[in-house]
Amino acid sequence: MRVTIDESRCQGHGRCFSIAPGLFESDELGNGVVLGDGIVAADQERHANLAVANCPEGAVSIEVA
Amino acid sequence: MSHLPVADFATDFDHTDPAWVNDPYPIYEDLRERCPVAHSDRYGGAWLPVRHEDVASIANDHEHFTSRNVVVNEGRPGPQAPPAPIGVAPPITSDPPFHQLARRLLLPAFSPNAINELEGFTRELCTQLLDGLGDVDHLDAAVDYAQHIPVGVIAKMLGFPPEDGDLFREFVHIILEGVDLPFEERIASFEPLRAYFETQILEHQEHPRDDLTSFLLNVELNGQRLEMRHVFGTMLLILAAGIDTTWSAIGASIWHLARTEADRTRLVAEPELMPIAIEELLRAYAPVTMARLVKEDFDFQGHPMKKDDWVLLSFPAANRDPGVFERADEVVIDREINRHAAFGLGVHRCVGSNLARMELRVSLECFLERFPEFHLEDETAVTWARGQVRGPRTLPLVVVAPPRT
Repeated sequence: MRVTIDESRCQGHGRCFSIAPGLFESDELGNGVVLGDGIVAADQERHANLAVANCPEGAVSIEVA
Repeated sequence: MSHLPVADFATDFDHTDPAWVNDPYPIYEDLRERCPVAHSDRYGGAWLPVRHEDVASIANDHEHFTSRNVVVNEGRPGPQAPPAPIGVAPPITSDPPFHQLARRLLLPAFSPNAINELEGFTRELCTQLLDGLGDVDHLDAAVDYAQHIPVGVIAKMLGFPPEDGDLFREFVHIILEGVDLPFEERIASFEPLRAYFETQILEHQEHPRDDLTSFLLNVELNGQRLEMRHVFGTMLLILAAGIDTTWSAIGASIWHLARTEADRTRLVAEPELMPIAIEELLRAYAPVTMARLVKEDFDFQGHPMKKDDWVLLSFPAANRDPGVFERADEVVIDREINRHAAFGLGVHRCVGSNLARMELRVSLECFLERFPEFHLEDETAVTWARGQVRGPRTLPLVVVAPPRT
């Protein structure tokens, strides 16, 4: 499982890095950025799913390898 | 101003009507089932979509809708109005592509890291307000508490004298609530605000310092300093959008907790729930409704929109859409899945959302710590702001402070 952010959709609501600070961070403008390679550890899966479900712009998604 | 009573909100809506001001949610619900895009001939022609999907689609459609004016009133931007792309209050009144440039300038000042640095100041401000009340068993949470918090924070950010708070509130009242004045009167009512900003700009030119006003005076866009009307307009935006909105969110949240003992006691017992609770309070009581103007005659899903018609972009209605939110009309204080649109959708997402969230969280934490128990003194004594920003303007409470140790 891997998280991604569609930069063209992200408007900086900041929900992803508030909900899942282990997977996302803010850039200097307040837009969400995936930390590292975005691979989700088992104990982070719940947070990853919540980040997807709470993005008002539908910019966060999960790829399942 | 008084209006003709609204005959039917589907064909004659008015967002300053007393029924709407008092409780707009049943109106949205009724319209969602019947329309779901209402129309009114008032304000020279206006539309009101109430489904989340339609609000999102219009917020993202810059081909058919413009942000040149975002406060519905009797006038339209005419030849005398500040020209595009800057408009009256950039970037909220700017359209792409200029919008992105004007917005990018502001974003770093409102990023999560920049806002974290204001948390200590905000907490101190809230504590001082509560200390200043003394040992009380009654207070007005809107007048004595909520309204002072964003005023203090915005004055600090812009570098304006904190003692001018009453003036700011008067300016914001004119901008946001004087919407049904005849157009000439509305323009004239902005004069004291213009004069005040001029004084502040001159003062900052003579004594530059580390605040947003000095930043706006010195920052460059495309290698040039901002035009003075751009500086002025962005100051107007920060003042107008930073005060009533947050004051309303704080007040509406306290109002909810005053009438919902279960949620209040749970937040006292589980303060770690606060970030999730805040998102739900923002969803349920989103203070801000935006507006767009129709660019050219255009058919929106069978609705014949005309050039210069208003569209009220109701994020509060979108946030109550049962097609998107389970139990949409209930406050579920620990709602985990909540893609609410309280801060708007698309490129105009509220630039101050990180600031607003911080102020809301800190102000509620401080209030609940001081008064773990409170309830409405008189439900009918609560009054609500009219226009496009909704929140309580009088909120009399009976409060119980724990014994001081």
